[in-house]
Amino acid sequence: MAKVVFNIWRTNPSGGEFRAYETDITEGMVVLDAVHQIQAEHANDLAVRWNCKAGKCGSCSAEINGHPKLMCMTRMSDMPEGKPVSIQPMKAFPVIKDLVTDVSVNYRVKKSIKKFKPRSPDAPDGTWRMAQVDIDRVQEFRKCIECFLCQDVCHVLREHALHDKFAGPRHMVYNAALEMHPLDIEDRTGDLKNAHGIGFCNITKCCTTVCPENIHITDNAIIPLKERVADKFYDPLMKLFRIFSK
Amino acid sequence: MFYGYLDRLEDILMASYETYHHDVLVIGSGGAGLRAAIEASVAGVSVAVICRSLLGKAHTVMAEGGVAAALANVDDRDSWKVHFTDTMRGGQYLNNWRMAELHAKEAPDRVRELEAWGAVFDRTDDGKILQRNFGGHKYPRLAHVGDRTGLELIRTLQDYAIHQKIDVYQEHTIVSLLKEGEKVVGAFGYDREKGLFKVFHAKAVIMATGGMGKIYKISSNSGDCTGGGISLAYHAGAELIDMEFVQFHPTGMVWPPSVRGLLITEGVRGEGGVLRNKQGRRFMFDDIPELYKGQTSTDEEEGWRYTQGDKNAKRPPELLTRDHVARCITREIKEGRGSPHGGVYLDIAWIKEKISNASEHIKRKLPSMYHQFKELAGVDITKEPMEVGPTTHYIMGGVRVDADTQMTTVPGLFAAGECAAGLHGANRLGGNSLSDLLVFGKRAGEHAAVYAKGTKAGSVDDKQLEEIATWVLSPFERESTPTAENPFQVQSDLQEEMQKLVGIVRVESELNEAIEKIKAFRERAGHAACGGNRGFNPGWHTAIELKHMVTVAEAIALAARERKESRGGHFREDYPGKSEVFAKINVSIQKDAAGNMVVKQVPKLKIREDLQQIIDEMK
Repeated sequence: MAKVVFNIWRTNPSGGEFRAYETDITEGMVVLDAVHQIQAEHANDLAVRWNCKAGKCGSCSAEINGHPKLMCMTRMSDMPEGKPVSIQPMKAFPVIKDLVTDVSVNYRVKKSIKKFKPRSPDAPDGTWRMAQVDIDRVQEFRKCIECFLCQDVCHVLREHALHDKFAGPRHMVYNAALEMHPLDIEDRTGDLKNAHGIGFCNITKCCTTVCPENIHITDNAIIPLKERVADKFYDPLMKLFRIFSK
Repeated sequence: MFYGYLDRLEDILMASYETYHHDVLVIGSGGAGLRAAIEASVAGVSVAVICRSLLGKAHTVMAEGGVAAALANVDDRDSWKVHFTDTMRGGQYLNNWRMAELHAKEAPDRVRELEAWGAVFDRTDDGKILQRNFGGHKYPRLAHVGDRTGLELIRTLQDYAIHQKIDVYQEHTIVSLLKEGEKVVGAFGYDREKGLFKVFHAKAVIMATGGMGKIYKISSNSGDCTGGGISLAYHAGAELIDMEFVQFHPTGMVWPPSVRGLLITEGVRGEGGVLRNKQGRRFMFDDIPELYKGQTSTDEEEGWRYTQGDKNAKRPPELLTRDHVARCITREIKEGRGSPHGGVYLDIAWIKEKISNASEHIKRKLPSMYHQFKELAGVDITKEPMEVGPTTHYIMGGVRVDADTQMTTVPGLFAAGECAAGLHGANRLGGNSLSDLLVFGKRAGEHAAVYAKGTKAGSVDDKQLEEIATWVLSPFERESTPTAENPFQVQSDLQEEMQKLVGIVRVESELNEAIEKIKAFRERAGHAACGGNRGFNPGWHTAIELKHMVTVAEAIALAARERKESRGGHFREDYPGKSEVFAKINVSIQKDAAGNMVVKQVPKLKIREDLQQIIDEMK
């Protein structure tokens, strides 16, 4: 057992400040355990969002020693020994209280993406046939737990606050899951180019680095979507082809 | 401080509420709640969903293994009749037979519907939905997506629901139902962000609040699973049944302590994982119950073949029902044959003796399990065995409902999913929970809409609202009183006692002790105090919630004392056998006029003859 100091962001009427709390750390603890312990022992009103404590719901996103992470999947044994641990809310979203941020923008953006539209069923009983190899890549995108850490770290949103111009990595992954779904017949490339601003992404791959589900956001979702948009709107041969095939 | 005090005073004096009107109000946004809301909105009534947390974060995300439905994609001998029989056998025939029938018949359509809404299940070689083996299911029946089926299910429902006409209230907590005479006519709650009071008027209310694992110390459940809906319904007059039947999942993590209880999917055993004690013995072969002798293998080799899809092989004893496996593990640990941290070994790495690319195979079939152990315990499950032990997982009991409509015993109040009771009887089969959500979520939505269309909006008198508001704010008033209790401390003490006294092995003396202690907990909950103000204040939230946790704890303990036999999830050390008398009854719990919790034995529903015949034929 060791005593560790946590500097936790607490909001107050004039904004907020880091406050230091000391608590006992035992083997196997994760950062969220420490926060809960502090909450129970020293600060009952310390606001933290959490549900599953198993890395599956994506609620407890925060910045631990400056790194965007899930608190429930960050082990204390991975923290530098003998040093205080800082915990602050995600920077890309407005703070509600302490470690809790207002992530509602993500729900609004998602709703603006055209919904799944399947082709007609393949079999008379109303079912479809899909090969496993054809759904592997979509299943990768569907692992997303909507923790919004990728949104937090994306500099377009984090540094430039362009939430209304760029949908962000999470919603690129969502778009990709729909666009590459073998049954889907909707076309989202126009929205990707305009409303969802895929051009804002300049492939720094920060989102991929922080994804707790290890989704290859940039390589597997964003770049292929960029290619689709480029094919449709910027390829002169395709443009001619489309004009004459009308 | 001064600022906070004014805030509170103003609210008490002015009793200000924001008021909303809907036809159907769904409380809970997991699988059952979302499916209910979708169905009600299809029926053309105005619908609202209350999410305690953010949308899409409910405990459903944690479901791993799959959704049970007799699609017969992998084994064409499967049918609703076999699924029905398996469910009844698993529930030791205490199930509501009509629910078991509807469930088995309708689950396939509910699963196919998800595919039409965008779900991407794993596939068979011929491109259909793949199904896997699971405990108590005769044939491979669980449609799944690796070991993250729950996430797929909730995301599919969420992404479909946001394009329906449904009002979603995120991070809102309901603290009481509202009644007009006998009828439920709405609910009272607050939003977490600001702590503002909200009054939701509704013609019909659907409870879909899930389970109660968090009243135990070791639990696989999400933080929200505090039994709130069961308690809300009970306090509104609804009858509860089968509350003694709590499922302890055999395989939870045991090390490190901070993740103790975290679920390890039954899918590990479905894919060939075996249980061993510290002597290396596969102890599950030592105790195969009579009811399952005919369909369980006594040969290790045959068991392996079963997990690999050999239709002529019988299942290995690791895939017996959860209640039985959990008890066997408990026995091994108790008798000194456990692992270093108080569990037994679950080994999937051994399959490398059987297949060449075992490591890749395990990572593909059980990706979350691989990561969970790697990241939280530093164990590579493709190389070494896991240490596992039982964990509180599910409650079979809950609010009594009509099988067809999901209406509770209170007019205007419906319930679906884990907070409702009946389908699973004394023990739930793995995979039958996700199908339960879909089948009965849909039914609840459909019938709540019908009910709402035929009902006039009720009204709520101000006195009722003021009483609730005063109670909800009372923790602030107690902050500096001498008897003030830390809500988190009361909560963790309750969890500790429930684990110790009303756990997997029960005995009358301990249950009596538990019931006495729960009375004391009710007192302490009444002293739970909080500081700060009403904005996103977990101390306050917990202080309010304690009432529900204590109510559910009491119901479980009382029902457990009443059932003097061992059956399914309920094991009594002092009555280790099954009893003919208790085979015919359900234990019912209801609040009397004086506010006391009353326990009754009620005769179980008489099964329809043709269904009994199906059961007899398949014995």
